[in-house]
Amino acid sequence: MKINIPTPLRAYTGGQQTVSIPGATVGEALEALTGAYPELRQHLYSGEGKLRSFVNLYLNDDDIRYLPQKEATPVEESDELSIIPSIAGGCCRRLQILLGMRKFVTISDRSKIICN
Amino acid sequence: MRVKDSEMATTTLPGIELPKLCNDEISRYSRHLILPEVGMEGQQKLKAAKVLCVGTGGLGAPLALYLAAAGVGTIGLVDFDTVDASNLQRQIIHSTATVGKLKVDSAEIMLKGLNPYLNVVKHNTMLTSANALDIFKDYDIIADGTDNFQTRYLVNDACVLTGKPNVYGSIFRFEGQASVFATKDAPCYRCLYPEPPPPGLVPSCAEGGVLGILPGLVGIIQATEVIKLILGIGESLAGRLLLVDALTMKFRTLKLRKNPDCPICGTHPTVTALIDYDQFCGIQKPTSVGPLEVAQNKAVADAPLVDGIPQISVQELKRRIDAHEDVFVLDVREPHEAQIVNIGAPLIPLGELPKRLDELAAQKDQDIVIHCKSGGRSQKAAQLLKNAGFPHVENLAGGILAWADKIDPTLPKY
Repeated sequence: MKINIPTPLRAYTGGQQTVSIPGATVGEALEALTGAYPELRQHLYSGEGKLRSFVNLYLNDDDIRYLPQKEATPVEESDELSIIPSIAGGCCRRLQILLGMRKFVTISDRSKIICN
Repeated sequence: MRVKDSEMATTTLPGIELPKLCNDEISRYSRHLILPEVGMEGQQKLKAAKVLCVGTGGLGAPLALYLAAAGVGTIGLVDFDTVDASNLQRQIIHSTATVGKLKVDSAEIMLKGLNPYLNVVKHNTMLTSANALDIFKDYDIIADGTDNFQTRYLVNDACVLTGKPNVYGSIFRFEGQASVFATKDAPCYRCLYPEPPPPGLVPSCAEGGVLGILPGLVGIIQATEVIKLILGIGESLAGRLLLVDALTMKFRTLKLRKNPDCPICGTHPTVTALIDYDQFCGIQKPTSVGPLEVAQNKAVADAPLVDGIPQISVQELKRRIDAHEDVFVLDVREPHEAQIVNIGAPLIPLGELPKRLDELAAQKDQDIVIHCKSGGRSQKAAQLLKNAGFPHVENLAGGILAWADKIDPTLPKY
């Protein structure tokens, strides 16, 4: 089945925006995906092996959290899985704060998802 | 789940008289008035509407401009920042003439220039848990054009608590998302993303860059959704997430569902007041002597330690180079950044450093000073090298930006 890779994670799939991955269920396809592209694992899964809560998975247009079988949902070859991470950019500026001592401080905003 | 059109019109209460339009306004809005979906009553609803734009940057700029053009009566602007030349690649509400001005003041100039009938309310402040509810109460619709997770969760929660729709847009490089959260029966932002990503989880190239047109595209989508809500027409994005890929020009929508266990908008909410969003997002509050700061008027003290790594100022590095001291400077930015500006240092991008440590074998016992754009990535690189057994590693505080600022002003900043 086709898996759509979002921009922040394409660095880990060699720049590919879609990959073809075998699997009979959503879960199997994800296992095969992280097997083929191991660097994806830490971005998709926590240390305990749970899908990270700021990443959503959609089977076609449906959020798998709301499918009765969730990751055990069987998939067809024609189905598409999409990984939708949370993004926050609005203008990608660095945060500048004027302090009382009239010093300008520039702090990189570390809270954005940004990828190499 | 799609929310019905009849639930959308939020600004007209029964019995409240809509503001009249003068002849000049009728001429101005004629293209709206002749549309059956707008007409006089629709235009009057726009005039009665009060919309708050949180952020007047990439998203807020086109959003506020089109709301002004459409005849929204009151536009509130929340922004504490000042206009910088690098904003003008995409923040079209500002101009070269307003560089250095407060963004809310700069935006007001363009908005009133476009539509003098507009009432602009400026909130020159950061939106915080202490002020959000008070600011939001005077508006009908909130448009979220911010650029960090803390504020997005804050805006969402404040919208749910005050019962105002949250017209959401966000961007990253070439992709955008848009939706309408927190209308009656619709999911909120937390239903979609219950938790933010922890900072530093994804290796940061610090400044991701953005194609200038992208916030334009997504900001206009937000403006469209605001106007549809005011007029009560069409089918809003409530219950859907619009995904935009500007490179392929593909648009798709995904179904969103209200989460019955959502801590703020679910059936048994546990969040009933605004929280500390920095803590929620795992962000440490900036202190007055932060680890990565560039002081405008004096050098950051040399060799304070941050997480065990000595920090070195650009002045000190210059002194060492001029004195021909044995120092090895390493650049850990991306190749395309080095093409913009560099100080001649060998380059190993931070992401590749773990695999390329052997290239630094000859420098193991040398003093190594690492730089990046502003000091964040180089700090991480220094920690990496220190953990790999390099004994003398320092971080160039402020990065090449500080060098361009203090040592060589002929160099461009980016």
